[in-house]
Parts: sequence; C-alpha cells; structure tokens
Amino acid sequence: MADRILKSISTRGLKNAVRGSEYKKEALISYGLLIAGYIVLQLGAVSGLIGRNLQGQFVPICVYISLAISLNLVVGISGELSLGHAGFMAVGCFSGVLVARVVGLHLGFEPAVVLIAMFFGAVMAALAGFVIGIPILGLRGDYLAIVTLAFGEIIVNLMNVIYFGFDGNGHLKFAFNHPIEGIEDNDRIIAGAIGATGTKTMATFTMGLLLCLFTVFVVLNLKNSKQGRAIMSIRDNRIAGESIGLSVRKYKLMAFVTSAALAGMAGALYGLNFSTVAPLKFNFNTSVLILVFVVLGGVGNIWGGIIAAAILTVLPEAFRQFADYRMLTYAVVLILVMIATYNPTIKSRVSAIWAKLKPVKNKDKDKDKPKKAKKAGKEGA
Amino acid sequence: MADKDIRKEMPGVSETGHTYENRQEIYYNDNVGGRAVFVDAKEHDQPAVKESVLQERDKDKTPILDVKDLGIDFGGLTAVDSFNLTLGRTEIGGLIGPNGAGKTTIFNMLTKVYEPTRGEIFFNGKSTKGMNTVDINNAGMARTFQNIRLFDKLTVEENIKVALHHNTDYSLIDGMLHTPKYRHEEFRIRKEAMKYLKIFGMTKTAEYKAGSLPYGAQRRLEIMRALATKPKLLLLDEPAAGMNPSETTELMNTIREIRDRFQIAILLIEHDMNLVMNICEGIAVLNYGRVIAKGFPEEIQNNPKVIEAYLGKGVGAKKKKTKANEEEIEEALKKGKLESKASGKPDERKEGE
Repeated sequence: MADRILKSISTRGLKNAVRGSEYKKEALISYGLLIAGYIVLQLGAVSGLIGRNLQGQFVPICVYISLAISLNLVVGISGELSLGHAGFMAVGCFSGVLVARVVGLHLGFEPAVVLIAMFFGAVMAALAGFVIGIPILGLRGDYLAIVTLAFGEIIVNLMNVIYFGFDGNGHLKFAFNHPIEGIEDNDRIIAGAIGATGTKTMATFTMGLLLCLFTVFVVLNLKNSKQGRAIMSIRDNRIAGESIGLSVRKYKLMAFVTSAALAGMAGALYGLNFSTVAPLKFNFNTSVLILVFVVLGGVGNIWGGIIAAAILTVLPEAFRQFADYRMLTYAVVLILVMIATYNPTIKSRVSAIWAKLKPVKNKDKDKDKPKKAKKAGKEGA
Repeated sequence: MADKDIRKEMPGVSETGHTYENRQEIYYNDNVGGRAVFVDAKEHDQPAVKESVLQERDKDKTPILDVKDLGIDFGGLTAVDSFNLTLGRTEIGGLIGPNGAGKTTIFNMLTKVYEPTRGEIFFNGKSTKGMNTVDINNAGMARTFQNIRLFDKLTVEENIKVALHHNTDYSLIDGMLHTPKYRHEEFRIRKEAMKYLKIFGMTKTAEYKAGSLPYGAQRRLEIMRALATKPKLLLLDEPAAGMNPSETTELMNTIREIRDRFQIAILLIEHDMNLVMNICEGIAVLNYGRVIAKGFPEEIQNNPKVIEAYLGKGVGAKKKKTKANEEEIEEALKKGKLESKASGKPDERKEGE
C-alpha cells in the first residue's frame, strides 16, 4: 500500500538529476592508462626512440603518479588540503634506503629487496602520519594546510641531522646531530644533509608500474568501501556525518595515514632510484609540485592525476633545449594548461565534441579494456 | 473531525490515482480522540499498533525520551529555559512555535550539537551527560535537518550505505583489498539499502547523486538515511518545509508508516498545522524558549495562549468576546502554515555550524 502511495516520488523530477560516477569506468581508465603508458614507453626505450635522459625519468614518473594519487586521497576524497606530502615521501625514502642496505647484505634478489624496502617505507610513513595526524586533524581547512606545511618542513629538518652507517664490524650505527666518527664514506647510509648516499640503484620501471597499479588499486578500492564512503560523507557534510554516528577524527585520520603510507612506499622506490638523495629534495617545493599534479588532473579524479603527473614530470626534461629559461617555460606552460583545462567555454566545447564521438569510442574501449583491467587488478594485489 | 478538514483541503485524486477517500479509510477508521491509528496490518511485516491510546500502548515501559528542566544560554541570552518533555516508545510528538522560539535549539541539545547549560536528558533510561553527537547516534537517536544536509556528491544508494556503517563489519584492510569478506558484507548492505529505497519508493533514484535529486526526494532520503542507523527515536526538523499540499499528505502517511513499520518514537518540529494536528499524538508549544502549552492536538488548537503566540495579543483577547472570531482563528490554525507576527530571521543560525 505505502509502496504504491510513495511510488510517485521516485520518478518525479529526475530529468535534472545526475548519475553518480561509475566506479568500474574510473578503474578501467586508470589501469588502462598505466599499462598503455608502460608499454609505449618500454617500446620507445627498446627501439631507441626515447633518449637516456628521458629513460632516467621513468621511475620518477611512476613515483610522482603514485604520490599524486595518494595525495588525492587527502585532497580529493577527504577534502582537506595537505601541504606536507613530500615529508612522508622523505620518511619512506630514508627508511626504505636504510632497510634496503641492511637487507641487501643478506638477500641477493633485488626485486625482493625493493619490495621489503617499500613495505618498510610505507609502515614508517604511516607511523609518521599517525603521530602527526592525531594532534592536527581537529583543525579544518586553511589551518590544517598550514600545519601540514610546518610538519613537512620539520620532517625534512629532522632528516638533515640523522646519520646512519655501518661500523668496521658491519654493525648498524646511528648518530643524531653529528656525523658518525671513524667510518668510511662507503659505509655511510644516511649522512645528514648529504642524505641517503652510496645506495645501489635497484628501482626498475616495472617496479614503478607495480607501485602505480597498487596505489590505484588501494585508492579506488578504498573509495568504494565502507571507510571510503564515510570519509567522503564527512567531506560532503561534517554535521550530517556526525549525526549518523561517523567519528570525524577517526575517518580523517584513516585517510591521512593511508595517504602517508602510500607516499612512503613511493618515497622508498624514489630513494632506490638514485645513488644519492638529499633531504632538501623533499622540501615545500616538492609538496606543492605534487599538489599541482592533483589540481591539474582534477581534484578527486584519479586518472586525471596520472596524466598530469606524467606530463609535468617529463616537461622540464623536454624543455632542456631552452637552457636557462627552462623553468620559466615550464611555469608559463603550467599557467596556460591550467587556464585551458578549467576555462568553462573550452570545457563545454570539448565536452560537446566528446559527446559526438562517444557512441563510436565507447564500443571500442569496452571490447579491449576489461581483460587488461582484470590483469592489472591481480598484479596490483 | 480531522477527516473532514483534510478532505476539504486536499486534492481529490493523488498522482498515483488513489482517491483521498481511500487513504482516509485506511488510516483513519479507528480515530480516537484525534489520534491517528494504523489499522491496515496485512501489508506489513510487523503487526500494526493495536491499542489506540498511547498511555496504554507504552504501558509498563520507560519513556524513550525524558527531558528534565532543560535550558541553554548563549552569552547572556537564554534561548531555552525549563523545557520538560516525555515521549513514549512509539509516540509521535510535535514541537511547534513561532520562528526563533528555540525548537531547533532543543533538537541540537538532544543530539549534543550544543551542550545544555541546565537540566538533564534521559534517553532510553540513561542520562546523555558527557556524550557527543556520535555517541548519541550510537545510542539510538537519529535526526534530519531543517536545511537538508545530504552527502551531495555520493549517490542515493551510497548515502544509505554510509548510514548502515554500524551494521557493516569489515576492516580497513578488507576495504582496501576487497577481500571475500568485503564482497559478502557489501552484497548484504546493498540489499539492505535497496530495502529502504523500496519502502520509500525510491529504487529508481539509487544511482543518482543525492545533491541533484528533486526537493521532496531529498527530504525523503534524509529521513531514510536517519532510519538506516536503526534509531529508537527519530527527530524530524521541519520535514514538510517547502512541500506542496499533496507532498505534505504523502509525508504524513510516510511518518505514520515509519512509526508503525519500525516501531519507533518520532519527535517533529513543523510549521504546517495541518500535518502537526493530524499526526502528532502529543504537542508542545514553545515561545521565547519556554513551553506555553502542552497536550493533545485538540487541546492545543483551543488554547488561548497558543493563539496569542501565533496571532498576537489583540486577537487573543477579541477571541473571548465573539464566537464568530473564535471559529475563524480555529479555522486558520487548522489550515496551517501560520507564521508568527513577531517572526524575524529564520532560525537557520541555530543549526550549529
């Protein structure tokens, strides 16, 4: 009876309603982009079309893609601005390198060492995220952003005075605020302002791809789970969230810590890609750079972040021909792209063209992408 | 009495093709003392309420809500003072009063958006002292808001799933890796969410974003979301605001339907006198933060203090003299949507943001 009475509401006025984003479509595009990009770049490298300089950027591209996606968890999904993401990357980087050196003594198989380092980097960064998150997540908006900025700087400054190394007997030694005395340069692992040094570069492009796939897998899954829904609800309406019994602090912390862990994982891979990484690399500039990827790709948009991170990491390399004006060109291009992407007129024109092309394009996509996505899901797990 | 009044106002045929007379038979054929009682039990999983008188229905049970001498001050201003209320376990209570009388403030105190300055609230027999908004919901009190607060960017289905989170049992790791446990639980709560949508006739809206729904559907979704937390007491803040008469009638039926199906207590704030007088079993009238009248709907309708609060002192005084005037005022009260003469700003500022 009541069902019949109430039925009238269901269809009335739905013409103007918008359907929610489709989880499967988003996953397909993200995994598809990553795998297609990987194949194209690998082919380019093998055939010699892509130069050495650009090949050196493969792992950083993957790292930055992963960082952009993990930051999207805080900025897009949780709705809080974080300006200290590079800090968690730093924690992951240095703890990952440290573990890789120690484990590397006993384990010869490099991919396994990298995986262990990434896991440890994630754990340490999550820990840092937890410790930082507890006192600050009561803050909101601009205040939170500024505090995360400060914490990012604190982490970098802490890394500046931490020393790790092997002594003559192969034991691990630690010193704070002063170099370890009486050890050789080769036995230094982390040396204050010099940073992680003497690292054996073990990171490969394939590891980078796996990192990206894993990050996308985790973030998209989270978005479509009980916890992710709770995080997004609090973003949409904090008061309503509390009124249905969602603990704001708990879920904000969950997003923050997960994001930090993923950043730590990316940081560990980054550290293992260079023989030396200085703490200064992880300063405010890097945090903002990651934020730029997120904003340019569209806040909350996973695959947009992938494209933005990849292009903006390659651009400075591609602009080497401009020599001194390299960064200037980069900045100008960035401004132009920002304007173009978020100009309503251009946006509506593009979407009009897209709508015309859509019926044909969709069929093609649906045919060949599901298989890839399934594969990606398995690999990511 | 109540039957006739509604019939006069409502359109004869609703959009679903049911005549209003039909509904009347179903909802009102055991109308005792102005209290609506549901008799049509066949369509329900649970037996409908049999007793017609509240005191008997909730006999031997402690009240779900027992508010004692509640008061709150904002700076030097006393917004609410010595507010007392007792609500039975399956009672529909109404809280009315001119704008700014402190109705929403009382809701905010009940749900601990504000901490009361004085007095105590006993919910389900326990004092709510020291609880916060989240604890209150966990204890079994859910509410809707005067200005709709949905999770706009989530779909309708997700909005309900979020509210079912107490009932969803898997960890963060399960959620991140989509383990079999996750799949099992998600399947279960999806089914449950669809059950709520079906009860409210909104299955077709499941995939749409909540923020893009038409107004009536948004109000309905907000009620559904509150219900999905499995409350013992549902607080509705102006559920009929902005609705047209036929939507309001639907809403009245919905509210009764909720009470009967879920066997919970409902406390509502409303300006629509038609709705309040027809579905509330007990009414409290507030003015300037104090209760000026309490009782059954018909008692409230005839209370000179209430008429004075709504229409001003002069009218109240005249009322005693001429009988024609008295009828006129009564008529006006029933027709509803009366605003206070002294109404100034809307009391949205009391939402506690």
